[in-house]
Amino acid sequence: MSAAPATARPAARPPARRGGAARGPRAGRPSALWTLPGLLFFGVFAALPMALVAYLSLTTWGGLGDPRFTGLDNWTRLAGDPVMHRAVVLSLVLTAATWAVQTPISLLLGVWAAGRQRTRAVLSAIFFLPLLLSSAAIALIWRSLLDPNFGPLAWIAPRVGAPDADLLGDPTGAFLVIIAVTAWQFIPLHTLLYQGGARQIPASLYEAAEIDGAGRWTAFRHITLPQLRNTITTSSVLMVVGALTYFDTVLILTGGGPGSDTTIVPFLMYEAGFERWEMGYASAIALTLVVAATAVSLVMVRVTGFGAMRSTREGM
Amino acid sequence: MTTPRVGAAGAIVLALLATGCGGGSADDRMHVWMYQDTLVVVQDAAVERFNADSDVQAVIDEVPGDTYEDRLRTAMGSSEQPDVFFNWGAGSIAPYAEQGMLTPLDDVFAEDPEFADAYIPSILAAGAIDGTQYGVPLRGTQPVILFYNRAVFEEAGAEPPETWEDLLDLVDLFTEEGVIPFALAGADPWTEQMWLQYLVDRLGGPEVFQRIADGDPEGWRDPVVLEAAEMVRDLVDRGAFGDNYASVSYTEGGASTLLSEGRAAMHLMGSWEYSTHLDQAPEFATEDLGYVAFPPLPGGEGDPANVAGNPTNFFSITADTPYPEEAVAFVKSTDDEEYVRDMIANGEVPVTVGAEELLSESPSPEFATFQYEMVRDAPNFQLSWDQALPPSVASPMTTEIERLFNGQSTPEEFVEALAALQ
Repeated sequence: MSAAPATARPAARPPARRGGAARGPRAGRPSALWTLPGLLFFGVFAALPMALVAYLSLTTWGGLGDPRFTGLDNWTRLAGDPVMHRAVVLSLVLTAATWAVQTPISLLLGVWAAGRQRTRAVLSAIFFLPLLLSSAAIALIWRSLLDPNFGPLAWIAPRVGAPDADLLGDPTGAFLVIIAVTAWQFIPLHTLLYQGGARQIPASLYEAAEIDGAGRWTAFRHITLPQLRNTITTSSVLMVVGALTYFDTVLILTGGGPGSDTTIVPFLMYEAGFERWEMGYASAIALTLVVAATAVSLVMVRVTGFGAMRSTREGM
Repeated sequence: MTTPRVGAAGAIVLALLATGCGGGSADDRMHVWMYQDTLVVVQDAAVERFNADSDVQAVIDEVPGDTYEDRLRTAMGSSEQPDVFFNWGAGSIAPYAEQGMLTPLDDVFAEDPEFADAYIPSILAAGAIDGTQYGVPLRGTQPVILFYNRAVFEEAGAEPPETWEDLLDLVDLFTEEGVIPFALAGADPWTEQMWLQYLVDRLGGPEVFQRIADGDPEGWRDPVVLEAAEMVRDLVDRGAFGDNYASVSYTEGGASTLLSEGRAAMHLMGSWEYSTHLDQAPEFATEDLGYVAFPPLPGGEGDPANVAGNPTNFFSITADTPYPEEAVAFVKSTDDEEYVRDMIANGEVPVTVGAEELLSESPSPEFATFQYEMVRDAPNFQLSWDQALPPSVASPMTTEIERLFNGQSTPEEFVEALAALQ
């Protein structure tokens, strides 16, 4: 196995794929050196901090002096911490709810926005508006809208038969508010993904289906959905990993409250690190999050066959 | 793709450590870190006077309030650390004192008895850790006071409460009138903590919390804590705080506005509530804002003259500052007459013994005198619990207090949860 396969490869490839003649065996395949900037960036800003966090999770450290090695203390505490258990459950529920709420809405909006209706441009511009606002601004706006004494909620609620509505002060209410506000914030992004995906579907497929007598629903069910398979995976992975790491919205909107009823895992990490100054414990939580989110996205990619990158347009 | 993103979330700990510093920098000036608020003008003037006849120039770095403790904690021990910094004494500087990062000031006080005697002793105590003095008072005192809306009381024909029975009667009266008896900012649990501080102190005296502050979590099992928690539940169930206190915020002005608009009758709050109203609703502050001490409790062992709150704020000096002498000279300027006059003119009530005669210069002499006498005559000044305890306990404690007020835990569960905190 020396140079033989290397010389064999370009021959097997369609010639002149980028318009120019083949420039030797390495023409379309840059050397490993090209990955260096990316690797360096990843190493310095992701791998190295993660390694440090892994080390910190084995220590007790309050941000002052030197970390004290305490072995697996943080990990045994984490395993038995009822607050962490609750946070995990809350995070999982939030992730599932986020996906279940955002996917259908974004999908339908995206497919609709890919069409050529007269009102499309104007309405799309309105729908995409939240995309322009920062998370902090969004959370602050909703906080004032939902103020039980001085916000619009205080005016509306008594008129719809709920005189003392205090959504953010109620455990279930606060949780629903987080789901709703993050949906309001992120649906535009996913709609954009689906719009792009839907625009890629060749019109000929729909024309053929129409000739075969397919209605709108049948066309959506048998053409649009299968064609958007990869988009659905991309969007779902973004949603799930995003929901597992939601933080800013929770911090500003509810502060993990009332009590600890919206304290999801990333918020608990912040609380442990920057309110209780237990950096070791916070690192253990952080590492758990990294592992969980990576595992979830790997599983999703594997299960959906996204990893194989099979074209949705095979045979066309 | 996903890994770096989550990794970045995980590394927030490090990223913030790396970027959180700032403010001070290693130049040839003495950096004084202040919590940013409207009262800093007093320290600005002090720096100006100091710089006029000192070779070393001092400079104030104002750090925005929300981030003050984070920024300080991350800067300490680095080259960015301040030379002199604002703090709350006690728990807020204990971790630095343990690490030997602060200059002990015992000698400073010992060498200058006049300086040592200038401060009210119960207040100075909060600036000491394990018997060593690390803090010099830099601000006015901030006791927690029961504020009330005079107009609302007049309309209901009521008098401010002098006993606990009065207080309970007022709750019923105002509930009937459709006025929230007590404004409460439940989204900021330190405001709920004020109720427990007073209830525990009035019921059992300062010893009950002192045991907890000394590091014995079993202290939470003292029957007084349970009784106080039950009183809180009783108040909540009577409607003392209305129905939607759980998401009201203090920092955004929610609770104070309820009081000034007359939608709530009373508000248990730190003395800064007065300045807040002076700023937000000046007419209300001068005309209708009333104030009384927290009433005694029937059968309570605590002295009804005790107060709770923030005795004052302190200046501490870092141990390896290049300007130890200048820093000491600067913090000692806080008992200068000019400094004290500046504070009074700004509405603060100084914690220096002789300040009494100057109080007439206050924008509100009556309120200033009320506060001054309240603090001067208090046998004990209970420092806010969340400042007296280390952050690893204080943060979950305030969450438990919030859960108690919200009815998410029973008084028994509350005690158990607190006793489990290490």
